[in-house]
Amino acid sequence: MTAEPRPVDRCFWTPGVWMLTALMAAAALTLILRFAFGLGMVTNLDNAHPWGIWIGIDVAAGVALAAGGFTTAFLGHILGRHYYEPVTRPALLTAALGYTMVAFAVFVDLGRSWAIWKFLVFQNHRSVLFEVGICVMTYLLVLWIELLPAVAARLGRRVRLLGWIDRGVRKTMGAFIILGVVLSCCHQSSLGSLMVIAPTKLHPLWYTPWLPLHFLLSAIAVGFPMVVVETGLATRSLHLDSEMPVLVPLSRLAAAALGVALVVRLGDFVARESHLFIDGSGASISLLVELVLGGVLPLIMLLIPAVRRSRGGLFVAAALVVLGVLINRINVFVVALSPPFAEHAYVPAAGELIITAGSVAALMFLYRAAVTYLPILSARKLEEVH
Amino acid sequence: MITSRRSFLQVATTVAGASTLPVAARAWESRAPDNPFACLVDLTRCIGCRKCEEACNRVNDLPAPAQSFEDLRTLKSERRPTTTAYTVINRYTTGVLGSGHRQQPIYVKVQCMHCQDPACASACPTGAMAKQANGAVTYDPSQCIGCRYCLIACPFQIPAYEYERALTPRVRKCTFCFERLEVGKLPACAAICPADAIVFGRRRQLLVEAKRRIRERPARYVSHIYGEHEVGGTSWLYLSGVPFPHLAFPNLPSQAIPRPTESIQHALFHNLWSPAALFALLAAVMAVTRRNDDERPGTKGGES
Repeated sequence: MTAEPRPVDRCFWTPGVWMLTALMAAAALTLILRFAFGLGMVTNLDNAHPWGIWIGIDVAAGVALAAGGFTTAFLGHILGRHYYEPVTRPALLTAALGYTMVAFAVFVDLGRSWAIWKFLVFQNHRSVLFEVGICVMTYLLVLWIELLPAVAARLGRRVRLLGWIDRGVRKTMGAFIILGVVLSCCHQSSLGSLMVIAPTKLHPLWYTPWLPLHFLLSAIAVGFPMVVVETGLATRSLHLDSEMPVLVPLSRLAAAALGVALVVRLGDFVARESHLFIDGSGASISLLVELVLGGVLPLIMLLIPAVRRSRGGLFVAAALVVLGVLINRINVFVVALSPPFAEHAYVPAAGELIITAGSVAALMFLYRAAVTYLPILSARKLEEVH
Repeated sequence: MITSRRSFLQVATTVAGASTLPVAARAWESRAPDNPFACLVDLTRCIGCRKCEEACNRVNDLPAPAQSFEDLRTLKSERRPTTTAYTVINRYTTGVLGSGHRQQPIYVKVQCMHCQDPACASACPTGAMAKQANGAVTYDPSQCIGCRYCLIACPFQIPAYEYERALTPRVRKCTFCFERLEVGKLPACAAICPADAIVFGRRRQLLVEAKRRIRERPARYVSHIYGEHEVGGTSWLYLSGVPFPHLAFPNLPSQAIPRPTESIQHALFHNLWSPAALFALLAAVMAVTRRNDDERPGTKGGES
C-alpha cells in the first residue's frame, strides 16, 4: 500500500495480451482499407448519419471515461489528499492513453485526416468543435507533461533530453495540473454543447440546452467509478494488493457526485417534460438503460455501506456507472440523431466495430506495457505477494 | 507539433493574464447580410420539367445522371440532393384534384436554403462553410478537414459527403451559383426555368412580391412563406398551394439554429473569463493546501 510506484514484474505476454494483439492486428488491416478507399469502404455512414460509433464511443465516451485523470488530480494534488496518491498515477496514465486514442479516433474519422492541422490555422471561434479540438489537443499535451516524471524516472538517464525537460517542467508542475483540470472542465462540458447545434434533429429525450452541464457533471461522476473499475481489473490481472482502503472512501465521493449529476439531469428532464416521450421505442429503452441501470441503481448501491466495503459490490456498482455514461454518450451522439430524411437507420458496419474494438484493445495493451516498464503502480514484487 | 505548442502557450498565457472578472454576456447578434440575393420558388407554377436539375448539372460540371433528365420515371421516388446532384425535383400528390378529376401533382425543388444564419457555417471549426455578403452559403474545400459537423448541424439535411473518396472527400451542395452571381448572372436554375416558378431578386423585394401573390390570390396559396421566418430566415423562399408539412418541408422554429450554442460559448468563454477564473480559484486552493502540508507534515490522511 505505502510502496512507491515502480514497474510491475509480471509476465507481459499472457494469453489476454495475445488476444489484444489479435484485435489490434484486425483493426490495423481495416485501417488500411479505410485510408486506401475512403470512409465509405469500412463505415455505414451516410448523409443522414454523418457521425457513427467512432464519434459516439471512441471520441465522446473515450473523453468522458478518461475523466478519472482530472478528478483524481483535483483530489490528490489540488485538494492535497495525498492519501489517494496510489490511484492518481494509474488514473493519469489511463487519461493520457485514453486521450491519445481519442486523438487517433478523430484522425481516423476525419475525411481529410492529413488536413487535421488546418483547424489551428483557419480558426472559427464560433464553432463548438473548434473549442473542443483546441482543449482536447492542449489537454493531451498537458497529460503527457504530467506523466513525464514517470517516463523520465525510467528513461531520463538514457535519453538526456527527456531528463532535461523533466527537470524543467517539475518546477511548474502545479500549474500544469491546474491547467489540466481547467481544460477538462472546458471540453467535457463543450462536448455536450456539440449537439445543441441540432435542436430539430436531436430526439427530445436527450435534447436540452443544458447538455453541456449534464456532460460536465456526468464526467465528474464517472471519474472515480472509472478508477475503481480500472484498479479492480489491474489488481486482478496483475495480482496486485487490494487497493480497497483507498477505493472505499473514494466511492463515497463517487456516490455524492453521481447523486448531484442524476438530480440535475432528472430535474431538467422532468422540467422540460421529456418523460412524455418515453414509449416502447428502442430510443426509450436505451434511455432507461442509461438512467436506471447506469444511474439510479448504482447510486442506490453506492449509498449502502456494505456494498461500498465489499470488493465485488463496489466493482459492480462502479462498472454500472461506467456503463451508464458510455450508453449516455452513444445515445446523445448516435441514437438521439433523428435526421428528417433518413432512408434507413444507422447500424455500425463491421469495419467500424473492428476499429473501435482495436482501439480499446490498444488502450489496454499500452496500459499493460506502461505499468510493466514505468513506475506507475504501487506494487510489491511478485515473490512478496506469494 | 510546433503549432499545437504555440496554441498551448497562447491558452496558458491568456489564462494566466486574463482578468478574472466575468464579462457580462452580450445578447446574441445575427450576422445575416442585410438584403441578400434570394430566390422565390412558387410551387403552384412548377411543372416538374427538371430543366433546373439539368442546368445545375451543366454549370457545375457534374457527371451525367443514370437516368436522363427527360425520364420522368425518376420522379417516382422521393430523392435528396447528393454529391452529384445539388438540386432535385420531387413529386407529391396531396389529394388536390386537377382537371379531369385526376390527382394534381405538386413538384418541389430541393436545394440548399442558404440560411441567413447558417448552422453549418457556425458549426464548421475551420470556417470552410461561410455565409457570403451576397447571400450564398459557400464551401471552400481547401479549408475543410472533413469532420462532417456541417452535416450534423444542417436542419434541412442538405450537405452531401463524398464518402467514397480516399484522400480529398468534399462536402457537396448547391452553391447558389456564387461565381455567376458575382458577374451579374442569375443562378442557372432560375435562369432556365420555363414556368417562371423561380424568381431571382433581393430578399426583401421577393418577400413583398410573395405577400402580394398571397393577397391577390388567397385561394391559390396557403398563407405561409416558407423561409421568411424558418430558422431565422433563408435566402430561398417558397410559396405553396398546400400546407408545407404535406410536401416534406421540415417544421422548423423561427429562432436561428446557431443561437443557443453561440450564446453558451460566448457566455462561458468570452475573453476566456471562466477558464481564467477557475484557474485562479484552483491555484488559490492549491496554495492553501500546500501551506497546510508544510505546517502540519504528519497529517496526510483521507476521509473514510
